[in-house]
Amino acid sequence: MEKIAINEKDLALLLNELLEKYGYDFTHYAHSSLKRRIKRLMVLDRLPSFPELLHRLRSEANYMQRFVEEITVNVTEMFRDPGVFKTIRETIIPQLATHPLIRVWHAGCASGEEVYSMAILLHEAGLLHKTLLYATDINPAVVANLSSGIFPLSQLKQYSENYIAAGGKKDFSSYYTAKYDLVKFDPKLKKKIIPALHNLVSDRSFNEFHIIFCRNVLIYFDKALQDHVLSLFDDSMDKQGFLVLGSKENIRFSPISGKYSQWHKDEKIWRRIM
Amino acid sequence: MAQRRKNMAQNNVSKHRVVVIGGSAGALEIILSITAQLPLQSQCTFVIVLHRKPGMESLLTDLVAAKTNLPVIEIEDKENMKPDTIYLAPPDYHLLFEKHHTFSLDSSEKILFSRPSIDVTFESAAEMYGAAVIGVLLSGANADGAEGLRKIKLCGGYTIVQDPQTADVSFMPQQALLTSRVDAVVDGEKIGHLINKLVMAY
Repeated sequence: MEKIAINEKDLALLLNELLEKYGYDFTHYAHSSLKRRIKRLMVLDRLPSFPELLHRLRSEANYMQRFVEEITVNVTEMFRDPGVFKTIRETIIPQLATHPLIRVWHAGCASGEEVYSMAILLHEAGLLHKTLLYATDINPAVVANLSSGIFPLSQLKQYSENYIAAGGKKDFSSYYTAKYDLVKFDPKLKKKIIPALHNLVSDRSFNEFHIIFCRNVLIYFDKALQDHVLSLFDDSMDKQGFLVLGSKENIRFSPISGKYSQWHKDEKIWRRIM
Repeated sequence: MAQRRKNMAQNNVSKHRVVVIGGSAGALEIILSITAQLPLQSQCTFVIVLHRKPGMESLLTDLVAAKTNLPVIEIEDKENMKPDTIYLAPPDYHLLFEKHHTFSLDSSEKILFSRPSIDVTFESAAEMYGAAVIGVLLSGANADGAEGLRKIKLCGGYTIVQDPQTADVSFMPQQALLTSRVDAVVDGEKIGHLINKLVMAY
């Protein structure tokens, strides 16, 4: 793996081409992390050197799609950091319940485990029927998969433990049926999920939400892009809406920090206060 | 802006020196012994990557902080990297070094069943800081860290491996010794002293 070297000049050339030819702007992604993903892709696809990656991208129209799929991180789990979902279940759901129509946005939702987690919480609170969950991602493949409600069985034991740690009282297995090494979640959960393509870098606000999830997405961006995306969320936020970030992400040094107050001392959840 | 200019000026006069310490099963005790011996003014940054379960964040921070007067910080995304500070990789994220002396986190696939992966942090340190890196690999039960240590050595850094005979779990240091030539193989108890000597002699 270490034989593949990507210097900053190569990277800049690649990122410029992606932007000009395909309209994908990765220039403000965190570079070390991005380089690691590119190297990983080159190993997977047996591209021995950087010029060959460039050639592949220039000559094969479909390769861009694969590039986006593999460069973006699509790893997620259900009820990840159960404490967050426990807080949402106990203190935020009662606030959401007061709205006639609840709008939720999962920005950068990857394969959608988190969207289904939230749908389960809303279902158990009797609120799913009056909720819309927008699930957006830059990656067309994962957006397509999200509507299927099908996930690998291998993680289900962990998810079941997370569900209980997040205050779940039901039999978790009642939400899915297993077949071979896959599970399919109850179709009633996805009825209110709206999957869509959305690029946080270049696309705009498209609605106003009562709660926005964007967990472990900002970590792949540099500070300037993080600020841009946080402002996009602010533009898309109900005046008393909630923002939920990943456990190591923060709005502290961003331009929106003054308009939000932390909702829970141990969780990365903020509420808009002005 | 003024702060940024100052940082850039600093970069020009001195290379940023980084000590990265990786460990897994059986490494905690040695890490505490090392941190107890770190000098308070060396202009080095110390980064610890220890395999551990999520949910016990503050516990490790408290244990380490009890042994030293250096500030001990569990890293958040895009945290600025300061000298004379001990940083801990958070559980469940890979830790990388970015431009302008910042850290970034990455929650992509586990590597060798590990997240944080010691290899990822070691390789990133080697790419960013080259010969200014001291890599230290301690006790553990998997092969993580060996490849990263090799990369540190390849980029001109200095590498230390805990003597497998003194490790609670010898597999990890043994793998490192099989993978590359290291600069020092040291009794667990004596690693802190060696690091102290190295960083003060810079």
